[in-house]
Amino acid sequence: MALLELKNVSKHFGAIHALNDVSLSLEPGRIVGLMGDNGAGKSTLVKIVAGNFRPTHGTMQMEGQDLSMHRPIEARRHGIEIVHQDLALCDNLSAAANVFLGREIRKGIGPFKILDYAAMYRRAGQIFAELRSETRPRDLVRQMSGGQRQAVAIARTRIADAKVVLMDEPTAAISVRQVAEVLNLMRRLRDRGIAIVFISHRMPDVFSIADRVVILRRGRKVADKDVAASSPEEVTGLITGAIEYA
Amino acid sequence: MEIQFDDNIKRARFPLLTWVTSRQAFWVSVAVILACIFLSFATNSFATSNNIFNVTRNFTFVAIIALGMTIVIITGGIDLSVGSVLCLCSMILAVVMHAGYSIEVGIAASLATALVIGAINGVLIAYLGIPPFVVTLGMLSIARSLAMVASNNTVVFQFGPDHDKLLFLGGGAWLFGIANPVLFMLALALLTGFVLHYTRFGRYVFAIGGNEHAAIVTGVPVRRTKLAVYMISALSAGIAGIIQTGWLGAVTTNLGSGMELQVIAAAVIGGANLAGGIGTAFGALIGSALIEVIRNSLGLLGVSAFWQGTFIGSFIIIAVTFDRLRNYRSSE
Ligand SMILES: Nc1ncnc2c1ncn2[C@@H]1O[C@H](COP(=O)(O)OP(=O)(O)O)[C@@H](O)[C@H]1O
Ligand SMILES: [Mg+2]
Repeated sequence: MALLELKNVSKHFGAIHALNDVSLSLEPGRIVGLMGDNGAGKSTLVKIVAGNFRPTHGTMQMEGQDLSMHRPIEARRHGIEIVHQDLALCDNLSAAANVFLGREIRKGIGPFKILDYAAMYRRAGQIFAELRSETRPRDLVRQMSGGQRQAVAIARTRIADAKVVLMDEPTAAISVRQVAEVLNLMRRLRDRGIAIVFISHRMPDVFSIADRVVILRRGRKVADKDVAASSPEEVTGLITGAIEYA
Repeated sequence: MEIQFDDNIKRARFPLLTWVTSRQAFWVSVAVILACIFLSFATNSFATSNNIFNVTRNFTFVAIIALGMTIVIITGGIDLSVGSVLCLCSMILAVVMHAGYSIEVGIAASLATALVIGAINGVLIAYLGIPPFVVTLGMLSIARSLAMVASNNTVVFQFGPDHDKLLFLGGGAWLFGIANPVLFMLALALLTGFVLHYTRFGRYVFAIGGNEHAAIVTGVPVRRTKLAVYMISALSAGIAGIIQTGWLGAVTTNLGSGMELQVIAAAVIGGANLAGGIGTAFGALIGSALIEVIRNSLGLLGVSAFWQGTFIGSFIIIAVTFDRLRNYRSSE
């Protein structure tokens, strides 16, 4: 059964139809590569699932239940986590502080609660170990490499028991070596049965890691097929419009 | 492994400069101590217990407000209205007590005024998105004008039945002969340090200054936090105003004028970063101390008081230049 199901979702920004009638289903432990040219609607689609935008038309279901979300925090409660294109990290805070930002662990009695540094360092350390990342919980994000920053952003999705993780161009702005690191992080998430949506412009990344590829062109879904049944040439054609539909 | 290697090289390139610039509050402390040692030898009036008492008491008012200002600056904001808010709160206290009410009522009215002013600043900044510089510049003018209205631009020096209690609050020395304002300052500094380091609110203050967008998308209540921050800033000005009223024994409508500059200078000299994300309570105190020691020494060394602004201004610029050096390196 599908974990998350989008049915005929559209999103209009005034006269701009960023998404038109897109249906999509995600399954546990499977990676969907979401591709398309700039402005095709990829980020918009992901932001709808993450609760940043409400769809103009269409419905979403999580494990058979209707989803109607007004704020990102509600999506999180349903087990949907997003890794933003810009990672949304605070350079001046430690890795652990970033991982727990907005959901700090506290201790104390009644209304007198203080931050539980020890618990947050411990848990962040566990998550980094689980992701096999060398990131240290106490290090400031300012001093980190691109790959380590990705690990911090991805570690955020692990503090709650996420079922769906959305990644908006995680490999766009980092070096080749760091891309390999991020793809490994994604494999670890997938092996834990998490459904992943992976936005990327990079054909080799999608073909090496995704199970399925979904292609958007000017807000419409023009392909949704197994990676094994497609080819980089076909995908390129679908993105540019040289191939109408597949 | 390679990653760590890269990082180590980056960190090791200017180890000395890194060490110096990352400990601004420490170096300012060293400067304060050296200045004090120099002054005790160069003059025979600095190291007298009377002068030391004066110095410590004088800088506390700036320091108390600098604590609130530091929180504002950490969020990436600024509050230019503090000098005027101090005046308005002092005046409200004075007028209420002069009218025959008790000191408790006076203080309550004064602090309530501070909170209302802070809330207005905060709502305009956090909820309507108006730049802090503009909002608090407007409030600078409004609050001082209201102080004139409240007192009809007169000097108030009689505080009704609780007159003596008020003078003791500001001028007494309640514990071990330490001036009361200093005790208040130390207590508030500890509180500020605690809040910044150990509470979720403090964490949000740093997060907003570090990357406001990230704070929003991770679910930090950014607007509520900013509102609270401007209320705290105004409250710190109100508290300083109350204590200063007790110390001076009189309130005029030019009290605290130009003080915002000293306060911001103190925070920045103490290491608060005007771009947001960095600052400490200790830095606010030590920055204020440096300014006061300089001010005091100019007088003792017979330098015209007109030079004071040049020194304070230069210190702000030097402190920000240090920041620049620091950021320059980390963005390489
Ligand atoms: N908040 C917004 N307001 C108005 N238009 C938007 C907004 N977000 C995206 N768009 C528009 O929607 C279209 C799809 O954008 P986006 O989803 O960001 O594309 P992609 O991520 O595939 O590059 C673009 O034409 C873009 O200009
Ligand atoms: Mg995008």
